[in-house]
Amino acid sequence: MYGSKQVSPSRPIELSTPVGDETKTTTCYMCACRCGIKVHLQDGQVRYIEGNRDHPVNRGVLCAKGAAGIMQHTSPARLRKPLKRVGPRGEGPFVEIEWEEALATATGWLQRIRSTDPRKLAFFTGRDQSQAMTGWWAREFGTPNYAAHGGFCSVNMAAGGFYSIGGSFWEFGEPDWEHAKYLLMLGVAEDHSSNPIKIGLGKLKGRGAKFVSVNPIRTGYSAIADEWVGIRPGTDGLWIMSLIHELLKAGAIDFDYLVRYTNAPWLVYHGGDEDGLFVRDAKGRPQAWDAKIGAIADALAPDITPSLTGEAKLADGRRAVPAFRLLAERFVDARYAPDAIAETTGVSAATTKRIAAELAHVAFSEAITLDVPWTDWAGRRHEKTVGRPISIHAMRGISAHSNGFHTCFAIHVLQMLLGAIDCPGGFRYRPPFPKAIPAGRPAGKFRDIAPGKALSGMPLGFPMGPEDLLVTPEGDAVRIDKAFSWEYPLAGHGLLHMVISNAYRGDPYPIDTLMMFMANMTWNSAMNTGGTVDMLTERDPATGEYKIPHIIYADAYLSEMVAYADLILPDTTYLERHDCISILDRPISEADAVQDAIRQPVVAPDRDVRPFQSVLLDLGARLGLPGMVTAEGTPRYADYADYIVNHERSPGIGLLMGWRGKGGASHISGAPNPEQLDRYIENGCFFRYKLPPEHQYFRMANKGYLEWATSVGFAPNPDQIILQIYSEPLQRFRLAASGIGPIQAPKAHRARIKTYFDPLPFWYPPFEEATVGKEFPFHAVTQRPMHMYQSWGSQNAWLRQITSSNQIYIHKDRAAELGIADNDWVWIISHHSRVKAQAALTSGQNADTVWTWNAIGKRRGAWRLDADAPESTRGFLLNHVISELLPDRGGYRYANADPVTGQAAWFDLRVRIEKAEPDDAQQTEPAMAELPSMPGMRAAPKILTYGQQFRDRRTKS
Amino acid sequence: MTTLPAATDKKLGLVIDLDTCVGCHACAVNCKQWNSGGEMAPLTDQDPYGSEPSGVWFNRVHTYEVEAEDGGRTVHFPRSCLHCENAACVTVCPTGASYKRTEDGIVLIDEALCIGCKLCSWACPYGAREYDGHSGTMKKCTLCIDRIYNETLSEDERVPACVSTCPSSARHFGDLGDPTSKVSKLVEERGGYDLMPESNYRPTNKYLPPRPRNAVPRSGAPTELPPAPGSDQPFLGWLDRLLSR
Repeated sequence: MYGSKQVSPSRPIELSTPVGDETKTTTCYMCACRCGIKVHLQDGQVRYIEGNRDHPVNRGVLCAKGAAGIMQHTSPARLRKPLKRVGPRGEGPFVEIEWEEALATATGWLQRIRSTDPRKLAFFTGRDQSQAMTGWWAREFGTPNYAAHGGFCSVNMAAGGFYSIGGSFWEFGEPDWEHAKYLLMLGVAEDHSSNPIKIGLGKLKGRGAKFVSVNPIRTGYSAIADEWVGIRPGTDGLWIMSLIHELLKAGAIDFDYLVRYTNAPWLVYHGGDEDGLFVRDAKGRPQAWDAKIGAIADALAPDITPSLTGEAKLADGRRAVPAFRLLAERFVDARYAPDAIAETTGVSAATTKRIAAELAHVAFSEAITLDVPWTDWAGRRHEKTVGRPISIHAMRGISAHSNGFHTCFAIHVLQMLLGAIDCPGGFRYRPPFPKAIPAGRPAGKFRDIAPGKALSGMPLGFPMGPEDLLVTPEGDAVRIDKAFSWEYPLAGHGLLHMVISNAYRGDPYPIDTLMMFMANMTWNSAMNTGGTVDMLTERDPATGEYKIPHIIYADAYLSEMVAYADLILPDTTYLERHDCISILDRPISEADAVQDAIRQPVVAPDRDVRPFQSVLLDLGARLGLPGMVTAEGTPRYADYADYIVNHERSPGIGLLMGWRGKGGASHISGAPNPEQLDRYIENGCFFRYKLPPEHQYFRMANKGYLEWATSVGFAPNPDQIILQIYSEPLQRFRLAASGIGPIQAPKAHRARIKTYFDPLPFWYPPFEEATVGKEFPFHAVTQRPMHMYQSWGSQNAWLRQITSSNQIYIHKDRAAELGIADNDWVWIISHHSRVKAQAALTSGQNADTVWTWNAIGKRRGAWRLDADAPESTRGFLLNHVISELLPDRGGYRYANADPVTGQAAWFDLRVRIEKAEPDDAQQTEPAMAELPSMPGMRAAPKILTYGQQFRDRRTKS
Repeated sequence: MTTLPAATDKKLGLVIDLDTCVGCHACAVNCKQWNSGGEMAPLTDQDPYGSEPSGVWFNRVHTYEVEAEDGGRTVHFPRSCLHCENAACVTVCPTGASYKRTEDGIVLIDEALCIGCKLCSWACPYGAREYDGHSGTMKKCTLCIDRIYNETLSEDERVPACVSTCPSSARHFGDLGDPTSKVSKLVEERGGYDLMPESNYRPTNKYLPPRPRNAVPRSGAPTELPPAPGSDQPFLGWLDRLLSR
């Protein structure tokens, strides 16, 4: 019956066509992961982007976002020329202007601010990967009002880690993927460290290690976990404390680790003016009770036999107890028993007990030994490196709650109790971490700010006590976002989510210019999106001026924010620019190696756009900012590439570590080398220094490592970094709030500080849940899909074919109770507002939780999508129902944030779900007006045949 | 109607591990990218910025929830051409455009002969064929034939784009006709299976099932910790051994 037999195709298949005519390496920027890529070009066009197999971050793999880079690079939403607003904000029209006019306009606004009151410039960057430079620019300008997006992302993780273990998750530490036998992952959305985590999970599961994912939602990583624990959002801390309870009761604690590496034995005053502070000798050295000699001893001395229990009576009659005793007393309490926390967390007592038993079993019965000798801080040589093979990793599901700091702190305490920090199989630091606890104080004290003057240091840092706060003599905030004030003392990454709201209200003061980069603050980066838009467009009735008079915005794309700026500085795509992934910023090191990287332009822009960092340097030179001009007043740096190579933060320390010094012979530190970028390019655009085996573990107490770290400037001295189960800086704030000491907290904030600056971790219900009550029975959270990164994804012609609208996911049992079926339109109602969305029913989620994919919904007119694109008609933004302020309490509204760090509490959101009345619209609400288009933009094609050109070329040849 | 080879020298194909696939779509998008400029270029996208974006994809990832007594699970399921030994998409082809290669078993389309009748897509039970309305031809997974034999690539790069990019090592490529190959051994060890074997299309690609999940205790661990002896004493009085710093 078969008529024609196919023998060979009508034309031979070309099996060995070269991928392109040129290949360049650079670093991906389709998300925050910073993987190495090889970009294949054909006739100057991008043919194929692949993971660089030699690159340590991704080792040749590339995620969906990275593979869609061509569509980002060629997006019709790319801005093409500087723009100036000539109509009302948000409505347009805009006109194209030349760069000279744009820069002169910006310089005029900024010059006036700098010569009068530098605080009136608020400079906030979003998903900025050049914070080492942008923060330095703010410092040279003299404004303390600088931060990037960390305050609404993960400052709770950073602070929770830096104050306890001198490191953290994500860029600062990682599971020991090679040796871990048990991985406990909490609140990890599918975006952060995306390729390294996936590579690691593949390895770990391949080895038969157990992977437990604690997450309200069973997607992504949780879907392949050996055990999924569908916890109720915001209760992870309580659950961790219950694990601690179980371990303490059983005595399943690594006591030797505690006395060697932590402050567990340090004596803490009980009562008096120094209540809760460590007992110190005249030199300030902490003291412990030496059980062998029965006397007080220097807690930092080697070979003492410190006691973890009991009570010491001091010579002056005061009493003191070891920090560990305070910790143990807290957590052996029955309120932390698995049965007591089961209802609150939604995790059965049997599960909690079993997981605690598994942790203890793996830590103490499956310990692993590597044949790697190392020498500890006291010079004692250890023939083997022994580890507790429990790795714990956590991320934004922990961070984005108002109790996130203490939850993160509790996770690190659990790791310390198990002895599972920087040991084989455990959590491992990524150098330059560990660092002194914590590293760096914020600059921008009240008296440090003056017209025409640079700040004395970088604007962000981590206070050690009330003396490090940035407050006025009256105790009010110095910064526009109130970071480092009595309201959010440890706000190490600032509070980006409060800038517009505070500036609009003039609280603590009005500003003149808001300058932003890559921060989509009228859409997915804002809480209270509609309200934020109103704040940007409201005028002062007295002057007729906008409440925030000037807005300068830099972005590569037509994001929702563009129409609300007065001056738009178009940025390049990531394939058209230099960048540096600096150790001074958010490092890309791995546990075994120090690493940094660059981006190089692989194609030239076809538009009149400039890299924002080069524009900043140009502006800085025009303003005469100290570090940006020569003695003669001419620009010091030609562009960002010049800055990357030649700027020194301190002698020999610059943005890049590789190939410094004469001839590039010196690594990590050394004089600037004019050929440095060439060396990077030859090496695949990254630098890697692998630590010798004896420097790979126990680095908080590893003599060789600490000496090396000191020699290259990572550490101020080779002293042991003692991990903190008990945080004295927190207690200092607490004393200040108790009316003790030279600096005292304002009365209005005292009760809050006393409660939340507990030197030991504790759990409290997230603020919104505690405030709004049973009327809003569901938690509502978001996560990013693995194939999208924030608002960037939806303009991408390939990625939006995977997801172009989002639904609200509801557990099927709860949906049945509410009479809701798949695709029904529902109202998601919070105490603040409501948003309309389509329901999708699942069984793989915590039943008290509803959730959706973040930032799929788009405003009409943005991102060059058609007005009827599903992103705008069915896609919705949960941010509409999240308030940036907590409900009024005693006449004041604090930010919707963690009281310790100011971390935006996105995931505290509580809602109720109501079935919407049938209507004809079948669209999401609120439906904000369509945004104006910008002049000169390319039309979005109706059909896309990218790649035809490469085939045509082959056919011709 | 088109004839299948009686036998093929090799049976090149994919082994997909459903135990480690996290559903990230890396394989799907990398496939799209490679092939957009590759042998079957372009993989046209219609209405790419409009209300109904759709395009040609050789590989798509679906996510399912499976309910079961152990609490159920979420399964990510990548789907592409299985390069069947008994490929109905070939036998229904009226022009000879669809064919299976004798040397390696890869099922391909000769676009010059394709009239866009779509019989093959109706015949394929796995939904693996993709019609490009712009070119008027059927397109499909080529197993990256322009990569796997490409002498301009280093040897370790000569694998399909989806395999080369998979972050969680859930995709494997090799000769399933050779029982000693790595992929054949993987199928043997992990109980790899055919999709819809009852239909007798004899797919070359195999899927590895997820390992058992949920509340499987770590072997050797008790289900709960016993209290430490003397732990009822206040202030950890039981912790009486000397600890050395």
